[in-house]
Amino acid sequence: MEFVSHHAILVVSVVKIAVLLFIVLTALAYLTWFERKVVAHIQSRLGPVFTGPHGLLQPLADGLKFMFKEDVTPPGADRFVYVLAPLLSFSLAITALALIPFGPGTISILGQQKPLAIAHVSLGLLFLFAITSIGVYGVALAGWSSNSKYPLLGGLRSSAQMISYEVSLTLSVVGVLLMAGSFDFDSIIQSQSGRWLGFIPRWNLIPQIVGFLCYFTAALAETNRAPFDLPEAESELVAGFHTEYSSFKFAMFFMAEYANMITVSCLATVLFLGGWLSPLSSSWHWAWYLPSLLLILGGLATIVDGIWKMRGLARVILPFMGVVLIAVGLLCTRPGVIGVVQGPFWFLLKVFFLLFFYVWARGTLPRLRYDQLMDFGWKLLLPVALANLVITSLVVLLVNR
Amino acid sequence: MPLRADMMADLCRIAPELILCVFGILLVALEPFVPSSSKRALGWLAFSGSLVAIASLWIVARHPGPAYGGLIQVDNFSLFFHGIILGSVAVVILGSINYLCEERLQRGEYYALVLFAAAGMGVLAGAGELITSFLGLEMSSISTYILAAFRRDARKSNESALKYFILGSFATAFFLYGIAMTYGATGTTRFTGIAQALSISGPTLLAVLGLGMMLVGLGFKVVIAPFQIYAPDVYEGAPTPVTALLASAPKVAAFALMLRIFYVAFGPVQHIWFWAIWISAVLTMCAGNFAALLQTNVKRMLAYSSIAHAGYILVAFAASTELGIAAVLFYLAAYALMKIGAFTVITHVGGRGERHLELSDYAGLAKKQPAIAACFTLFLLSLLGLPATGGFMGKFYAFQAGLDSRIIWLVVIAALNSIVGAYYYLRVILTMYFREPAGESGPDAGLGSEIEWMPQPVAASIWVVLIIAALGTLYLGIFPSRVMEFALRSAASLR
Amino acid sequence: MTLPILLFFVFAGIAVGGALSLIFAREPIHSALALILVMVALAVLYLLMGAGFISAVQIIVYAGAIMVLFVFVIMLLNAGVENRTQHSIMARWLGIPLAVFLIGDLAYWMARGAHALPLAERSGSLAAGPVSTQDLSLHLFQSYLFPFEITSILILIAVLGAVVLARREP
Repeated sequence: MEFVSHHAILVVSVVKIAVLLFIVLTALAYLTWFERKVVAHIQSRLGPVFTGPHGLLQPLADGLKFMFKEDVTPPGADRFVYVLAPLLSFSLAITALALIPFGPGTISILGQQKPLAIAHVSLGLLFLFAITSIGVYGVALAGWSSNSKYPLLGGLRSSAQMISYEVSLTLSVVGVLLMAGSFDFDSIIQSQSGRWLGFIPRWNLIPQIVGFLCYFTAALAETNRAPFDLPEAESELVAGFHTEYSSFKFAMFFMAEYANMITVSCLATVLFLGGWLSPLSSSWHWAWYLPSLLLILGGLATIVDGIWKMRGLARVILPFMGVVLIAVGLLCTRPGVIGVVQGPFWFLLKVFFLLFFYVWARGTLPRLRYDQLMDFGWKLLLPVALANLVITSLVVLLVNR
Repeated sequence: MPLRADMMADLCRIAPELILCVFGILLVALEPFVPSSSKRALGWLAFSGSLVAIASLWIVARHPGPAYGGLIQVDNFSLFFHGIILGSVAVVILGSINYLCEERLQRGEYYALVLFAAAGMGVLAGAGELITSFLGLEMSSISTYILAAFRRDARKSNESALKYFILGSFATAFFLYGIAMTYGATGTTRFTGIAQALSISGPTLLAVLGLGMMLVGLGFKVVIAPFQIYAPDVYEGAPTPVTALLASAPKVAAFALMLRIFYVAFGPVQHIWFWAIWISAVLTMCAGNFAALLQTNVKRMLAYSSIAHAGYILVAFAASTELGIAAVLFYLAAYALMKIGAFTVITHVGGRGERHLELSDYAGLAKKQPAIAACFTLFLLSLLGLPATGGFMGKFYAFQAGLDSRIIWLVVIAALNSIVGAYYYLRVILTMYFREPAGESGPDAGLGSEIEWMPQPVAASIWVVLIIAALGTLYLGIFPSRVMEFALRSAASLR
Repeated sequence: MTLPILLFFVFAGIAVGGALSLIFAREPIHSALALILVMVALAVLYLLMGAGFISAVQIIVYAGAIMVLFVFVIMLLNAGVENRTQHSIMARWLGIPLAVFLIGDLAYWMARGAHALPLAERSGSLAAGPVSTQDLSLHLFQSYLFPFEITSILILIAVLGAVVLARREP
């Protein structure tokens, strides 16, 4: 106990990391489920249905499958780099999330007031970019170390793509930075508080709509997602840079990709969508009960669904889950909890919304050709992002005088 | 935002650099819109840019003093060097226009790079601080690396650029390391601050090491022994107008920086660097002159000759007096003129693809094109140091400064070296006037075109360059007093 | 031993180790990786000195941009294991003593400490303590505006050079 009181900062950080890691890893798993479901419904299919009710146990099954598969290292591979690449990809993708503030203010852990983000850094945005900018190595090195031509080509392609779009990604964010005048996530979010005309939230989305569109497009490409998923173009490159990877190493790349999606969506939320700020007026007191309402309604729907539509074990599991959801919803109406829940609720809702866009884009847009991709990035996106930057800085200069 | 008066004055102090950069950017921006038939116009635009920059020296002269908090110094010294650099660059641009047409390399980027290089050299001439001077050095170096590779399909040009780039980067790394050490030893990168710190602390080991490192870097840029080995290859392989540039302006600018670092920043520890310069001077002169004796390629021979000249300049440098500095300035002015003139002749005679660079190609030139031969003779005699030419007065002042400072042995060695130099300069002159063109020698003897080789007719722009260089050389040789007076005032402003 | 000092030694060790393996690795990619390690370790050292901005920029620019291109080129050229030549005599008899001498000299001056260096206090910009991004930008855009702008021209020259040398002939 003495250790805990002496090194409170360490202990608290470790606890926060553990909690976030658990949440993120679960979210990653269910993001794959969500994606498969949504894409399936877009394409008039059902998606996973057999493993658990609505295929809810599918991620678990996938995870088990990855763990027990044979781990093959191709002959002639550079063993050290071959192992390093997925580790690098995954750990960097997860680390970036440590900087994201999920809610306002502080919570008390072990008697210490701590911010919700794991690491509250005043240069948060810069460090986030620093971490994500190294992410390219995972892809490039994986392609190189596999000692095989398809991974090499895929690695080259995707690193070229990531470098190209990273420029636009960074430039599109600078407009927001100029308006907020800070690299600190909390200040950036605070700068978006307030309303225009009394009801439109002052999010950066509206003045920086060009920046947002550039950001989101570049982010799609940066995370190697459709319609920019050329590195994994099956018809040309088998599976791109991770063709030779199997078993858990493959799973790491897979998880890294989804973790990157979450990071990028979180960043978009912070920069353009007002972070944890509520879009509703603070004078509307009923709005505080929205999280509970949503949870309770969801719980009721689950119970109804389970009892009337399911068979077998699912008839027990689903109603049980519904009860848990309702209980959590009721807990959220407690006076001590209701305040804490608001920030994360809105934040996660916005992130979820963006992730849905991600999946939507994948379900509807055809893949670009490689030269189209490069042309688009360098000849359209970059000039637009630059123009946005120039105009924003002019406006900021004129307004601030 | 209204420009405050001091900002305006600062801008005036860097007017030539501003103008050069603006013209450079303009050239790059215009390049895609100019049809390839009229790319020549870009050359004239660049030339007028350099003329405007020269004209802007009047504005600079009216705003003496430090700019940007002492990062840039505007004094007579910097004005003198700006004059040489901008003049050389203008003339080199003029000499390139025709050459680029011949080689089908007419491009806006060439001129833009020359102008950017000139801006960098201008920064070097005016820098009052090490980091700024480093940036200027890099600007001029990187531009010239690219220029050296401008004949992309010629192997020699590629070789030249690669050697220049790799060794040059190495040298700049040394220079940067020297800056770091000097900063560590003195706590500042400003020349005056370094001098102050050194006069308090005396020559600490770290500061001396820093100076040594900077000498390595600068020694490479001004081409003095033992860092001269790369020069002949680079000068020979680069396109000849670029060689003319390499041999003149960057060297002049690097000498400006060297003077400031050695005399202003490290002035208090003069006794330490004196011997380094002394030894280097001897090595440079001997290496240049004796290697030049063996050359049959005229372009390469002139490369060695410019090494030798760096040695003569070091003699004046080692003199460590105001007269010595003034002699360096005067020598550099004369040197730039005659080198550009000589290389322009080589550009002309070399013809398309630079095929006629050998000594035998010059045989009988006096009969084919007497005026060209006369100009070349003048430049060679000036390089040799014959009276009534700029080269003579340069050597005269340099040796006089050396004798005044009692470095007799160095002057004696320099004088002996000049005599050695006479051999290879005179050989070219004799070939031009007294040897018949070797018609049927060589493997191509059967081809009719090779027997009666005639240099192409002289383009107007080449004439202008040659006339400017020749008149300048004669002016410095016959009426040196005005330039020397200005050089003395510049030297005084350095201290 | 406090945490920052412990971190310093750990990352200084990593930096030195990375630099050594950069030199001794024979596979170009391994050398590049070692260099990236050095960059990141240096960034942490900057952070320990309170220079957050420099630290982040160090990673973004060096590790995230420049070294990516290095790795990219090595992959593209498919550069194999490098050949070792017989070490040159010059390097052995002049280079190694010079390296030892330089390291010794630098170590000596650092051991004497910053206080022994004259004028270190007079250049006020390097005051102790963390430097805020705002201070940094004020220095960059006011006192050192001129070198900053020159640097942009320098980069323009480099871009121009790349275009000139790499462009396909029409």
